[in-house]
Amino acid sequence: MAKSIDVSDLDIYYGDFLAVEGVSMTIRARSVTALIGPSGCGKSTFLRSLNRMHEVIPGARVDGKIVIDGQNMYDADVDPVQVRRSVGMVFQRPNPFPTMSIYENVLAGNRLNSKRMPKSEADSIVEKSLKGANLWEEVKNRLNKPGSSLSGGQQQRLCIARAIAVEPQVLLMDEPCSALDPISTSAIEDLIHDLKSDYTIVIVTHNMQQAARVSEDTGFFNLAGAGKPGRLVEMNPTSKIFSNPDEPSTEAYISGRFG
Amino acid sequence: MSTPTPTTERETLSSRPGGRHDLPLTHPTLPRFAPALVGVMAVAAALLVGLLLGWGLALMTLLAVLVYAVALPLWARIVEGTRAAKDRLVTTLVWSAFVLAMLPLVTLMFEVISKGAKMLTAQFFTYSMRNVIGEGGGIYHAIMGTLLITLFAALISVPVGIMAAVYLVEYGQGKRMARVITFLVDVMTGIPSIVAGLFAYALFVIFFGPGVRMGFGGSIALSVLMIPIVVRSAEEMLKLVPDELREASYALGVPKWRTVVKVVLPTSLAGIVTGVMLAVARVAGETAPLLIIAGDTDSVNFNVFSERMATLPVFIYYSFTQPGVPPEFGEDRAWGAALVLIVIVMSLNLVARAVSKLFSPKTGR
Repeated sequence: MAKSIDVSDLDIYYGDFLAVEGVSMTIRARSVTALIGPSGCGKSTFLRSLNRMHEVIPGARVDGKIVIDGQNMYDADVDPVQVRRSVGMVFQRPNPFPTMSIYENVLAGNRLNSKRMPKSEADSIVEKSLKGANLWEEVKNRLNKPGSSLSGGQQQRLCIARAIAVEPQVLLMDEPCSALDPISTSAIEDLIHDLKSDYTIVIVTHNMQQAARVSEDTGFFNLAGAGKPGRLVEMNPTSKIFSNPDEPSTEAYISGRFG
Repeated sequence: MSTPTPTTERETLSSRPGGRHDLPLTHPTLPRFAPALVGVMAVAAALLVGLLLGWGLALMTLLAVLVYAVALPLWARIVEGTRAAKDRLVTTLVWSAFVLAMLPLVTLMFEVISKGAKMLTAQFFTYSMRNVIGEGGGIYHAIMGTLLITLFAALISVPVGIMAAVYLVEYGQGKRMARVITFLVDVMTGIPSIVAGLFAYALFVIFFGPGVRMGFGGSIALSVLMIPIVVRSAEEMLKLVPDELREASYALGVPKWRTVVKVVLPTSLAGIVTGVMLAVARVAGETAPLLIIAGDTDSVNFNVFSERMATLPVFIYYSFTQPGVPPEFGEDRAWGAALVLIVIVMSLNLVARAVSKLFSPKTGR
């Protein structure tokens, strides 16, 4: 069910402000693509444009094409809600719904859309998703406790379970480990390894070791200059980016001489 | 940075001539009983002066507070230093302000309970004033009137208010329409209640002709007063819901309206319910609009859509202004009704607290 994504000549605006300019890339199916770059260079903005989440911010819009499964997701007759059902997202800060239990949080994508399902099916979705997110063993005896009763790392894995419970084609992760300790981080990295056999994963990270550990391809974003829009500097297999990048600025960033 | 060596650094600093002194961790303090002692002396001094000059109690209290507020900081200034003196002075001021603020509330409660408690009999709660002259009678009709009119006012204002708040927070951000609504709500907050009553009367005259009296008209007038309060409090509560929750919901492919209904509203439900309860408590005691449009009657009337309807505030007003002959029975009933009204408002507040506890998102481990 995983799909690849083709991005061509994408410009992203906030009102009149051009935030990201001229991005073209191909995100391969069933692999992990990491986006790195300094703060404010538009990685997160680009990531959010991949499931039309940036439209939540008033005045935000894009020019260009993002093609998934042969359809341009910015065509006029495409429903952003449908896009988000097939492209899930995990955020920087874990955000389980505070009014719901762990069980209800996992089912939120189904329940909030009023999908009726028998109890046995709901149970099996919850178990499968929590197992997929490596959280089942830790919470199986307290599924009715509130989601906010978990630790930060567990909450983040709960959010991943919630995202994969609706069985999206693509999973976007916006710095999913930046609020977590090393042990939770390693749990989530293991999880990403497991998930890539079923999902196309795009992950934004500030942690270069993490990008090197989890991804097959890496895209380096940078600002063209102060006050100028962000752009994609280089997109290559991770091993090449980290050993022999094409662009000198990529090498400068990765070796720590910049940013 | 290398590991700091604070001890040696401090030694070199303090041993240098003219350098810093050792940190003084102790300083002279007033004895623990100092405030009490100064208090007793201040009261004694005020009594002495007051009795000599033949002052009243209020003037003597004021003098005692003034003497205390000057003497204690002065003493502290001499023994403890400037900072402690300021602390004592401000502590005195804060406590005086607190007592001053509590004074009206406590005396009001005392007055109402002492004059109204003796009226709280079974008859008082179960009888109306129909055919009662002099002693006896009750406020059953007025309690029912207040409850019904307030209920209908809430039925009108709560949906309107919450939906307006949802529009302002979720859909109207930055739009001209939203700014206009916010402005109008602010203006509505300032509408005098008598104007709301006149508005409801004028509105009902259009449909029912002059001289109309109807409980539902009272509900309309009260909802004019209630809607801005509900909008304001619900708006604040909706703003408190973090955007991360909305985004989490959108990212699951949930449409905006479902996000509002199933994520945003439940998350802020506790605050909204509290706000609604406080708004109800605020309008339950309104007199002026009900005087105009709901009128007064001695009989029980359960139909808000026809005829006059008694309410507690209006009942109190008439019992006091036209107590009958002899006047004490009417006045007693007014105090009894006042106590009942206060208890109703107070229990609404308590219910609001309980509800907000019950509905607030659980964090239990």
